[in-house]
Amino acid sequence: MMQLIWNGLIVGSFYSLVALGYSMVYGIIKLLNFAHGDIYMLGAFVGFLVLSSFGGIPAAMSIPALLVILLLAMVVTGLIGVAIERVAYRPLRSSPRLAVLITAIGVSFTLEYGIRQLFGPNPRAFPVRLSSESFDVLGMRVSLSQLVLVVVAAVLMFVLAHIVERTREGRAMRAIALDPQAAHLMGVNVNRVIATVFFIGSALAGAAGVMAGAYYGSIDFLMGFVIGLKAFTAAVIGGIGNLYGAMLGGLLLGLLESFGAAWLGGEWRDVFSFAILIVILTFKPTGLLGARVVERM
Amino acid sequence: MSWLEVKDADVYYGRVHALRELSFDVEEGEIVCLLGNNGAGKSTTMNMLSGLVRPRAGVVRWDGTDLTTAKPWDIVSRGLIHVPEGRRIFSTMTVHDNLLLGGYTVKDQRAIAERVELAYSLMPRLAERRKQQGGTLSGGEQQMLAIGRAIVAGPRLLLLDEPSMGLAPLVVKQVMEIIAEVNRQGTTVLLVEQNARAALRIAHRAYVVETGRVTLQGPAAELAQDSRVVDAYLGA
Repeated sequence: MMQLIWNGLIVGSFYSLVALGYSMVYGIIKLLNFAHGDIYMLGAFVGFLVLSSFGGIPAAMSIPALLVILLLAMVVTGLIGVAIERVAYRPLRSSPRLAVLITAIGVSFTLEYGIRQLFGPNPRAFPVRLSSESFDVLGMRVSLSQLVLVVVAAVLMFVLAHIVERTREGRAMRAIALDPQAAHLMGVNVNRVIATVFFIGSALAGAAGVMAGAYYGSIDFLMGFVIGLKAFTAAVIGGIGNLYGAMLGGLLLGLLESFGAAWLGGEWRDVFSFAILIVILTFKPTGLLGARVVERM
Repeated sequence: MSWLEVKDADVYYGRVHALRELSFDVEEGEIVCLLGNNGAGKSTTMNMLSGLVRPRAGVVRWDGTDLTTAKPWDIVSRGLIHVPEGRRIFSTMTVHDNLLLGGYTVKDQRAIAERVELAYSLMPRLAERRKQQGGTLSGGEQQMLAIGRAIVAGPRLLLLDEPSMGLAPLVVKQVMEIIAEVNRQGTTVLLVEQNARAALRIAHRAYVVETGRVTLQGPAAELAQDSRVVDAYLGA
């Protein structure tokens, strides 16, 4: 039982990290960025490239090395996210929503099949073996590296929440999400803040990609597709546009999958978790923490 | 040369000619009012001053700054603050966060804190509701919040677009008193209003704008007596 929860939390924290970027981008420019899952894939490939260029990393060094690579991958994917927004989305900011959505799907295919051309269609082994040194807590078998992954994910989410809720830039992000033109009148450089959101969201997805590569041990050019859909689902379940909703939705999805796989078998995992999510949305269409604002004129 | 000078400004929205050689000026310390009906070009004038739309021709200069080329955030950081029509407060942010956002371009944290306190002292109702979401306030309180947010930005020239819109007469009076007080404390005000009676009571000078041009101008007290203004904007 506890083991199922722990496994669910690990996978769920990847979902949460990816869902956060989805949710933030949707919140600020109302775009479903279907290329977001592929940023996760790019993060994994950036980690792969850096690690392979170093050659082997001794198992004892694997965790510090992973943290350095994580940071590097976050910077690279963050910049890629900014570039995508600049080239593919900003020129269409005032076009019908559908046009930008199609562009996002186009960006997604470009990234997926671009990587396929560069690295080939077959899965690659992620060249870091996490030490499997582990211990028992509360009846759960927890490995040190799993613990590191979950802690890193938690720290990233904590830092993000702090930025959005307590800083000047975060206040500007929330303001643009509510009324971009009014934010503009308050002297907010709207384009710059949107670029910042793309940087942060993409960096979180990139971090999740590296972590997933290390966790599962293999990566491929389509690995972002399914997690993109799942993170999108997580964001909607939590209440899209709401940060805590994205975190909660991701963890919930991870837990549901973990229990579904254990109770009904792996092949029923998605059936189980998505059936429950449909039930949740039936009763709470705005998502668990979705905004229902009291407004009065 | 005047402090704020608009000369022969032409603005188009696509093929709609919204401002036609519009000219007016504002001196430091004044409250100047632009009167006119819907679609006369008043809001367009405001948007042109704050950099949201650009004139195709003409001169728009304020205290040595050419407003036709300046970036909107530079305009704000120099102290030209535009309170838009319909208040446009951030509805799910708290009153306090709305005010803090007004200080976005202000680097000096102490100045922000002082101005937030100034806004609360001018409008104690906001202080009582500082932790409430902006969207839960009444219309008058939302208008006060929009003005408070502008105060935190440190305005030298405050543009107010239809601050009385949708408010009960008593609340209109309160809002106008707040505007007059902000002006007494040293902020120049350019006021756009359909409620001519309320606006002319606090304004020093006024311009009447019709289909994108100025058709009448003069001291507020004189215009309030002018039969053309009385007939068209003050009613019986």
